[in-house]
Amino acid sequence: MHPVVLSMVAALALTIKQQNIKCQEIEAKSKPYFVRMGLFKFLGVEPDINIIEHESAGRFIPLTQIKTSDELTRFITEMIPLLHLEAEQAKTIGYIVSELVRNVIEHARTENGAIICAQYYKKSNSIRIGIADTGVGIKYTINQSHPASSDIDAIQLALRPGITGTTKREGGTEQNAGAGLFFIKSIASVNRDFFVVYSGKGFYKLLKKTATKKLILNSDPFQDRHSKLDDLPFWNGTIVGVDITLDQTKEFSILLKAIRETYSNAIRERKKERYKNPQFI
Amino acid sequence: MSQIEILIFERTGDFAENKDVARDIRIKEIIPALNKKEKVILNFEKVGAATQSFIHALISDLFRKYGNDILDRVIFKSCNETITEIIYIVADYMQEGLGD
Repeated sequence: MHPVVLSMVAALALTIKQQNIKCQEIEAKSKPYFVRMGLFKFLGVEPDINIIEHESAGRFIPLTQIKTSDELTRFITEMIPLLHLEAEQAKTIGYIVSELVRNVIEHARTENGAIICAQYYKKSNSIRIGIADTGVGIKYTINQSHPASSDIDAIQLALRPGITGTTKREGGTEQNAGAGLFFIKSIASVNRDFFVVYSGKGFYKLLKKTATKKLILNSDPFQDRHSKLDDLPFWNGTIVGVDITLDQTKEFSILLKAIRETYSNAIRERKKERYKNPQFI
Repeated sequence: MSQIEILIFERTGDFAENKDVARDIRIKEIIPALNKKEKVILNFEKVGAATQSFIHALISDLFRKYGNDILDRVIFKSCNETITEIIYIVADYMQEGLGD
């Protein structure tokens, strides 16, 4: 089970009164995994198995609730090393976690904050990360400054560089640029990895690409190979899942060079859209 | 022109990602120094990585307040390749957006 699903279940549990949470007996082999990831603690349910809690180093980050900026900084400092990654890989994972959780803290308007967990998969040599919140969702946030009539339209805008719900102004506010999700999608896109966003009824999934030499970043997420839905059961908040395959993680600085070019082009195109044409008679 | 040097590592450690810290540096140290006509050196020695959000919170507002002349008055020191690229990205999009 992808960590993003565990994060969803745990986030949902925080919105429900303890006495209303019932857990059917689980036969699945993954039960010890749920225990280790801390799912039963979030559900407030006693697991009916006893497992030896191994040290988590090298394998996973259990479900963690992060509500404040300082908690996030502490989480990055203390938890990312548990994944025992090489320096360059740790940099990428730390970057993703920081930007995604800060998005929740700043935009989601929920006292429950962000629920995050991550798992290392040896077979694919990848880290899978899931972050969920039960806040106002992307459409509400984007609609503060930009028109988006559906959840999927709002997701599309949120994934474009320089679009933020905090202002219509190019360049954002002094604290927000509207670049976080574009950077994360770019990291996943360049590494040909999995990336999903689910908010309200909208769902966007970046599909894995086959290996090519050319590094292409699109400012419009709908120009990437993707699938999308706008009729899913309503999720009150936002969910993001990312997989990073470690043996194909590109040098971060190479990725940033590509982001720089795409970002500038996107701003120029947006400015051009506002140009008026001279009139000739 | 006198100058001040701000050691980012002392405020952020190895990973500069906390935007609140960036805002504090900007408001409490960079802007007062610029208002006193001082040159500001942002020293990233020992900082291994920074997020775009951190760099944005640190310098974007300076472009709005002082225009792109700010790049003559704020100097970036000892940046690794990753941090250099992020500073370029923020400087680019803030200059593209000036006048909006």
